[in-house]
Amino acid sequence: MSVSMPGSQTNPESGVVGSGGATAPLLAADGRPLKVSLRRAMFKNKARALLLVSPLLIFLFVAFVMPIFSMLTRSVESNEVITLLPNTAMAVQAWDGEGLPDELTFAALAGDLKQGQIDRNLGRVASRLNYEYSGMRSTITGTARRITNLENPESWKETLIDINSNWADTGVWRVIKRESSGYTLSYYLAAMDMRYDEEGKIVRQPETRRVYVDLMIKTLWMSILITFMCFILGYPVAFLLASLPLSTSNLLMMMVLLPFWTSLLVRTTSWIAILQSQGVLNNILVAIGVVDDNNRLQLIYNQIGTIVAMTHILLPFMILPLYSVMKSISPSYMRAARSMGATGYTAFRRVYFPQTLPGIGAGAILVFILAIGYYITPALVGGESGRFITNFIAYHMQVSLNWGLAAAIASILLGAVIMLYLLYNRIVGSDNLKLG
Amino acid sequence: MAVPAYATPAERVWYYAFRIICGLIFCFLVGPLFIIIPLSFNAEPYFSFTQKMLTLDPEGFSLRWYQDFFTSAAWLHSIKNSIIIAVASTILATVLGTIAALGLSSRFMPYRSVVMAILISPMIVPVIISGAGMFFFFSSIGIAQTYLGVILAHTALGIPFVVITVTATLTGFDQSLIRAAASMGANPTTTFFKVILPLVLPGVISGALFAFATSFDEVVVVLFISGPAQSTMPIQMWSGIRESISPTILAVATILVLLSIAMLTTVELLRRRSEKIRGISPG
Repeated sequence: MSVSMPGSQTNPESGVVGSGGATAPLLAADGRPLKVSLRRAMFKNKARALLLVSPLLIFLFVAFVMPIFSMLTRSVESNEVITLLPNTAMAVQAWDGEGLPDELTFAALAGDLKQGQIDRNLGRVASRLNYEYSGMRSTITGTARRITNLENPESWKETLIDINSNWADTGVWRVIKRESSGYTLSYYLAAMDMRYDEEGKIVRQPETRRVYVDLMIKTLWMSILITFMCFILGYPVAFLLASLPLSTSNLLMMMVLLPFWTSLLVRTTSWIAILQSQGVLNNILVAIGVVDDNNRLQLIYNQIGTIVAMTHILLPFMILPLYSVMKSISPSYMRAARSMGATGYTAFRRVYFPQTLPGIGAGAILVFILAIGYYITPALVGGESGRFITNFIAYHMQVSLNWGLAAAIASILLGAVIMLYLLYNRIVGSDNLKLG
Repeated sequence: MAVPAYATPAERVWYYAFRIICGLIFCFLVGPLFIIIPLSFNAEPYFSFTQKMLTLDPEGFSLRWYQDFFTSAAWLHSIKNSIIIAVASTILATVLGTIAALGLSSRFMPYRSVVMAILISPMIVPVIISGAGMFFFFSSIGIAQTYLGVILAHTALGIPFVVITVTATLTGFDQSLIRAAASMGANPTTTFFKVILPLVLPGVISGALFAFATSFDEVVVVLFISGPAQSTMPIQMWSGIRESISPTILAVATILVLLSIAMLTTVELLRRRSEKIRGISPG
């Protein structure tokens, strides 16, 4: 947009335009005040930029944000009782939670069970309630089978209790009442190794059934260890790359980037070939006599396997940010330190190392974020002791089909990742992320 | 970096020791990739070098695992699937990502860092979480167990790579070139194809290759949302490693290593070319 200053001609009384003391606004070529024109132009530019980004934002909303959101919903959703035992769910609301519900509630339950037996959909609610109170699956399916041909007995309450004494248990009814709101916290409780006891209070699981919290802590520890290993191995390499002339370092950089480009499964496979008991490493150790042939080292399908393979896989993510920070450090600082009498070690510790801290931070957070969510490698080479919390997400998704629990564990993991990602954005800024 | 003249003897020793340490770390980085290449020619169904291979006896080597790979219906079907899915999602991710990168690198872009953080998030969120979410959501809208579902999922996962590489190419892009084109009467479309695209093409191709590699190597999402009909090559490898370890996997792995060397070389050449075009290359 061309801007002229016609104000001085069209409106001579307004004084000298541009001398700093103007009272009337500057005007653009079309006669509008310059401020308005400028704002409009800015708005247009902003709108254009947003318009270019919006198709992608809409796409990601559908293909990524909505899925994450539906997973979060799944972790608190509990609609089995409300949809499959609707009358019971309504009737039990009137019950105060002490003693047993009234005859009406029992009759509603009998009606729901009969209907469910006809629709053949009691399995879902039976297994849902079974998570909360073990034995409920057989209680529900057994009772439903026995009452199909029963028409209006004198008292449904006595009949049902006769069929299965669980119906006389206040705890069972508390579970039904709790689960008939449509939402539940019990998946999160299960993911934190807690549960509701018979009185409906939140307590910790018995010692033998605590799994997840320990595994989460183990995942964190192993990820910290992997991050540390990446730092130990990545720092010297990044330092070397940053100090070599560009032609040499470009060649060596290819060696860093090659694993980065190679299929994850290929890298995991090669570690299996190297580390397994009949593998390359053990064969070499046996051949040179370090290890006895009958006593080969167990290097894979345990924690060692996971840590070695994941350090290898995540190492480039440490080297690249370190390299780009080290590249920007002028070598004259080190020379200045030396010239003032610092030893090589002191100069490194007091002058060089502090300047690389941003790179260490960026690399470490990135490696750590990627490590705690890893699934493939721990699942393939981790065996029993080297598995991560992600293995349980996959287990509940695919084997036990307890999707609510899978979603709850995944949501907790997601929370941790998001916090770390915010930290990363704080320190580095996601627009500074570089790939090679 | 040569040893400086003022270095003490201890520093000289350290200088060489440091190089040896770095050499070992480089071996750790690339050694595992190259060790599987000879292993894939093993005549025996083992994952380790046989006595015959070590003595370089020709009988110790064979191409049987390659033959196994190229004649197996299951492997060929999975390759076909992988290529269809990877190509479709790469095209989608590249087009959407490039357009968005143009907007993102405009200096008028509002909420730039927030938007960028959202666009990068599929790379940060663990795939197992996105996979679980996509399973729930795609089942509810009826596109689970379809090619469309897998393609959309892989597009989402590939987008961050395209956005990162293209915005990186666009930093330092001279915006006055766009005004120059406009002043000479080009409309925005012509400007894009004649001025912008040739300059950012290296970045676009790198991003596309990243997106392709991501899709071509993706296991978890396919594991969750695909049916048996959409089984891809990584799935085939995954079940191969878990259930029956056969050296056919090593043959596949060797082919994939060669593919990744080719892709890396391409990207590296493109990067240099892009730096030359933009005149920021030091050499």
